[in-house]
Amino acid sequence: MSNSPYLLKATSVQSVMLRVLLALLPGLVAYIWFFGTAIVVQIVLASLTALAAEALVLYLRGKPLALFLTDGSALVTAWLIALSFPPLAPWWLVVLATLTAIIVAKHLYGGLGQNPFNPAMVAFALMIVAYPQLMSRWPVPGAIDFATQWSIIFGPYANHALDAITMATPLDALRTALHSAGTLPSAPTTVVSALASNPAIGHLAGRGWEWIAAGYLVGGLWLMQQRIITWHLPTAFLATLFLLSGLASVIDPANFAGPLFHLFGGGAMLAAFFIVTDPVSAATTPCGKLIFAAGVALLTWVIRCFGAYPDGIAFAVLLMNIAVPLIDMATQPRVFGYKKTGDDVP
Amino acid sequence: MEVSGRDHQTRHHTLTMRLFDFNGGVKPDYQKEASTQTPIAVSPTPTFLVIPLHQSIGGTPRPLVSVDDRVLKGQRIGAADASISGDLSSAVHASTSGHVVAVEMRLMPHPSGLSALCVVIAPDGRDEWIERKPFDYRYHTRDETRDYLRDAGVVGLGGAVFPTHLKISSGKEDRLDTLIINGAECEPYITCDDALMKERADAIIQGVAILHDLLAAGQVLIGIEDNKPEAIAAMQAAVRARNPSDMEVIAVPTRYPAGGAKQLIRVLTGIEVPHGKRSTDYGVQCFNVGTAYAIHEAINLGQPLISRIVTVAGNVTTPRNYEVLVGTPMKTLLAQSQCLPDTDCLIMGGPMMGVALPSDEVPVVKATNCILAGSKKLFPPPPPEMPCIRCGECATACPADLQPFELYWFSRAKIFGKAQEYHLFDCIECGCCSYVCPSHIPLVDYYRFAKSEIWAHESEKESADKARDHYEFRQLREERETQERSARLAAKAATSRTAAMAVPETPATENIPVSATGSATPAALIAAALERARAQQVHPKNTTDLTPAQQAEIAAIEARRTEIRTQAHPHLPLDD
Repeated sequence: MSNSPYLLKATSVQSVMLRVLLALLPGLVAYIWFFGTAIVVQIVLASLTALAAEALVLYLRGKPLALFLTDGSALVTAWLIALSFPPLAPWWLVVLATLTAIIVAKHLYGGLGQNPFNPAMVAFALMIVAYPQLMSRWPVPGAIDFATQWSIIFGPYANHALDAITMATPLDALRTALHSAGTLPSAPTTVVSALASNPAIGHLAGRGWEWIAAGYLVGGLWLMQQRIITWHLPTAFLATLFLLSGLASVIDPANFAGPLFHLFGGGAMLAAFFIVTDPVSAATTPCGKLIFAAGVALLTWVIRCFGAYPDGIAFAVLLMNIAVPLIDMATQPRVFGYKKTGDDVP
Repeated sequence: MEVSGRDHQTRHHTLTMRLFDFNGGVKPDYQKEASTQTPIAVSPTPTFLVIPLHQSIGGTPRPLVSVDDRVLKGQRIGAADASISGDLSSAVHASTSGHVVAVEMRLMPHPSGLSALCVVIAPDGRDEWIERKPFDYRYHTRDETRDYLRDAGVVGLGGAVFPTHLKISSGKEDRLDTLIINGAECEPYITCDDALMKERADAIIQGVAILHDLLAAGQVLIGIEDNKPEAIAAMQAAVRARNPSDMEVIAVPTRYPAGGAKQLIRVLTGIEVPHGKRSTDYGVQCFNVGTAYAIHEAINLGQPLISRIVTVAGNVTTPRNYEVLVGTPMKTLLAQSQCLPDTDCLIMGGPMMGVALPSDEVPVVKATNCILAGSKKLFPPPPPEMPCIRCGECATACPADLQPFELYWFSRAKIFGKAQEYHLFDCIECGCCSYVCPSHIPLVDYYRFAKSEIWAHESEKESADKARDHYEFRQLREERETQERSARLAAKAATSRTAAMAVPETPATENIPVSATGSATPAALIAAALERARAQQVHPKNTTDLTPAQQAEIAAIEARRTEIRTQAHPHLPLDD
């Protein structure tokens, strides 16, 4: 007989992870609607790889296979990799990324609950450094049938054939336009003209992408309602990104895109509700969560506006992951009966 | 957050009670209905009553009876022994009349299967009371009232069994702002306080009135969780009937652990009492409704604490509340409610903080508020433990505002210093963190482990210090004895020498031999010093020249103490 409490709430890591997957569905449906079923292929690829890698490492580590394979954590990592990668990336890229995430970023650090870095973001960062071209193979909304997508994913690497059906993301397009504008003073390009001339731009951000982001937002709000995530991380992330981009676009509208473009463009919404909220690698105290997410947003915005990469979320998350132990230590909440934080004398 | 006395007054006069909130807490399935359908039943007197002498926090009372003695109902059988435990103890009494058949070690209601000294009584069925005299505390000093309550065995009946008399300060100087009466009863399944409040509200209020007087409390707030509307109504009616000007029954939101003393104080007054501080330092004192009832019985009726209300619930056919004589084997009580065949464990207390019992032979004690029969179906064994994913659910649920997962990492890694830095000892072990943990980690077990390791380390350090002191003292003593011995020998030699050389007309008062140069010989100086030391030596009082009666009394006391010690700690050497 164990000790008290004898009453336990009906909850489990598995149910938490499954609900996270469920919360990704609205975004996924929008994804399929705008860009076809390639993403499903990638999700299946990543999921199978993740489970296989997980099983292999669990076996090598002598851990109970059934218990950990069914916890759902590997699937969440796999889905996040698939959803943050270009859907037309070659199959081996996603497989390689998933193997890296599960074997290196997760299990070499001790497995579930022990990894200091977000595994999906480790994979993303490694791949965008190693294969920058493949990581920018973004499809034009609609247009491509499944057979073509299939052959692009599994076929031989043929860059020239892809040019017609892939393009830079709005974030990338904007950067290229603005950067080249800087070198050609005769043809001044502003944010407005760059966005207006780009067929990939929709109402708020990238055409199609803005709806996928809206789907993530819906799923994320549901996670909050389910009390799987607290308001702190998403709110701090989105609010900081909104404030920074809003301020910059008010001061210099010609060179900085507005807040809605930043919030609904790139991986911001996915990051706000599904990536910075990874409990294992994020800060845990209420105040620490605010600092952590605000830091990710700040770095994301800086990298997006001034860096060399189209989206800075992966680097921003990893950089802030390093700071988590310090943030947590410095933001310990006030304990019942004590006057202030860190007070030893009540 | 602290609230000044004036705020209390304002709130009281407007009669719109503003409640405060504590962070965290959980809402488990309360399961209280089953045992509240029927009124309190009287549990039958068992064949043998097993009454442990140690039933409160503090020292073990000294047994006052021996085998074959006849005892009356309410007769004191164990006295709080000031010579052993100071004031920190409380008396125990025979729960019915009968004969003492044994004073021996018996199994206790404790998960470790611990045994303790018990008085075993065979009831004679006559239920013959001692002479019961009400104690009018108004004509006695506060100290006399304290002693009376100690000798009446009144202890906190909420579960902690802290001796009640110690919560009544002996001085008159401190006046209490708020007396809180705890009727929250937040643990699932337990309904003994609910039943008591529904059926005996007036007696409780009489006890509360005594406490109110004794503590000179400014106001009395009776907190009851709002899932007990009948108890609230009964208590309100009882208060109205006595019409005290400054007593109020308040419904507090139902959320475990709202009945924890610290949480209830916070909810009712906004005051947070930190770990290691007494609530009286903040002008608040908290008593359980059952304790107030016991005070009424002791003071107004002259009846010591010999029974209590116990909820029998869980995996039984007829869950209900019983009035049970202290010392009744749980088996006797469980037979009344009939355990279902698949019962696989017994828990004393509720499912959140209760303790597993080693057997159904253990007696009901003053701390027994509930006996919960468990089964695989009712309390399924926890699913396999998974690693912590730092989801923070435990921190959200912690009513002490701790970071339980951090404490878990530190306890697990045995980094106890860090665990203490993160306020391990502010943990009240309410179990909320374990309850919500999606990884099914028995978090509270880790904290219990860490706490006991720290305590063990402390006491080890203490005993090492003591051992070192002993060793150093012995060395010192041996050194001194050697010196004294050689001094004695030298003195002896010197005196024999001086005697041989003595001039007869040397004055007797000044017999220190003087050398040719006019100074005393060293040996003689030593002898003189020893003589002075002997003269200065003070004999301890009351150890010599005793009358035979006194010597006999001392011998009897020594024998009794030795006996208690051998029975209570059979493994310890006698002189430890």
